[in-house]
Amino acid sequence: MWGSARPAAAVGDEGERREGLGSAAAGEIAPLLMDTPRPWTRRALVGALLCSPALLRQGTAAAGAPVRIAAASDLRFALEAYGPTLAARGLPIAPTFGSSGNFAAQIAQGAPFDLFLSADDRYPAQLVASGHADGARQRVYGLGQVVLWVRTQSPLDLGPGLQVLADARVRTVAMANPRHAPYGQAAEAALRAAGLHEAVAGKLVLGDNVSQAAQFVATGAADAGLIALSLARAPTFAAAGRFVVVSGHPPLRQTGVVLRAAADPAAAAAVLDALCGAEGRALLDRFGFLPPA
Amino acid sequence: MDTAAIAVSLQLAAATSALLLLLGLPLGAWLAFTRSRLRGAVEALSALPLVLPPTVLGFYVLLAIGPEGPVGRLVAAVGGPGLPFSFPGLLLASALYSLPFAVQPFAAAFAGVDRRLIEAAWCLGHGRLSTFWRVVLPLSWPGVLTGMVLSFAHTVGEFGVVLMVGGNIPGRTRTVSVSIYDSVQAMDLAAAGRTSLLLTLFSFAVLAVVYGRKGAGAAWARR
Repeated sequence: MWGSARPAAAVGDEGERREGLGSAAAGEIAPLLMDTPRPWTRRALVGALLCSPALLRQGTAAAGAPVRIAAASDLRFALEAYGPTLAARGLPIAPTFGSSGNFAAQIAQGAPFDLFLSADDRYPAQLVASGHADGARQRVYGLGQVVLWVRTQSPLDLGPGLQVLADARVRTVAMANPRHAPYGQAAEAALRAAGLHEAVAGKLVLGDNVSQAAQFVATGAADAGLIALSLARAPTFAAAGRFVVVSGHPPLRQTGVVLRAAADPAAAAAVLDALCGAEGRALLDRFGFLPPA
Repeated sequence: MDTAAIAVSLQLAAATSALLLLLGLPLGAWLAFTRSRLRGAVEALSALPLVLPPTVLGFYVLLAIGPEGPVGRLVAAVGGPGLPFSFPGLLLASALYSLPFAVQPFAAAFAGVDRRLIEAAWCLGHGRLSTFWRVVLPLSWPGVLTGMVLSFAHTVGEFGVVLMVGGNIPGRTRTVSVSIYDSVQAMDLAAAGRTSLLLTLFSFAVLAVVYGRKGAGAAWARR
């Protein structure tokens, strides 16, 4: 734009040149000349803002707008793998990953999401009860599993399962924060069931969500981690470590629910249905989510 | 209200200020008096934490103090404890993060000392170190105090770096800002409100005392 606008602009005087540029290439140039607040600048600025894709996406009921998903962080790799397939079917998604409790708190305060994919069934139930989610559009999409994960170079033998955490070589054990992350709650329950809670309590380091806990172990900062099977199955983690599935915790009934604030509830419900359909099921299987009983 | 977290935050802030006093005085003095061509680069480096997001700093620190990082290996080689998710590790991250808040006021105060007084000290037979200790430092104390208070306050208010490298361990690395964040996420708004109020009142009190003293100091200097 600069290249094509310049020769034409060189003929006029200072004011005309700017006027010409302003109308020809408003979008690109306005931000560069913001220090001269002339009327054309304001027009150009408005034009630039209106053309900005970020603003267009905000349009609430725009057809084909991506379904905004508040997704439990154990879905990170599964949803990223599924996104292109959904988009090809006219159901683009825009997922944000975090701890389910964190999202429940945000949604209760009016966070702009269409679909909530929680790692448990408690937070969706709370949101249905408080009127922030649609109880009629609620489905369990899979059962999450907890694994004990160590890096490939770790000297630990995972044969004994959780009991290995009592080993003196294990100085830190990463898991999600049980105060607001379902995987943290499940990991804590598994430790209690194994009678290890006392022995391991002093070794625990808490990630803000299960994904951060996984990152703590993967970078070697923590010696072992209680993370989601779906993360352990993701290529980056599969290449970097080994794991055993941990039992002894109540099932993580991962529940999706369409939110009352949804711009397009039908699209949000379609994404949830796709996730529960045969194709979605196959993908979730691959990432270690068991079919709901 | 999470009193353990408040205690951790206060300990961390006090330790960070103390560490930055030790590191910041020589660094600030060097920046104020050097004629080295490296001065610009070193000053830029020490000011980087002002600009970098806590995520960048936290990411680097976590990798550096991890078992394969340079700092982690060094500490392991001398038989030290693991730094990740420990109070010393958090202290290291905090000191880096608050470095400019100490060094810049220090350097500005040292540079503001009247050159003639320094040269007079030299003429009276004092060396550089003695001049710094007996002339420059006493004349710069308001700047040094400002740097200490700023780094203390900045550490109390630190959040992102702690979330990245702390590991949220109660009584050890769970600071007051992380505790408030957890309470909000867990929808325990009452607890979050109580701790936030206490933190706000405390911060106000500290700043009021500092600004009050500063005013008194200025008045005293004018007299």
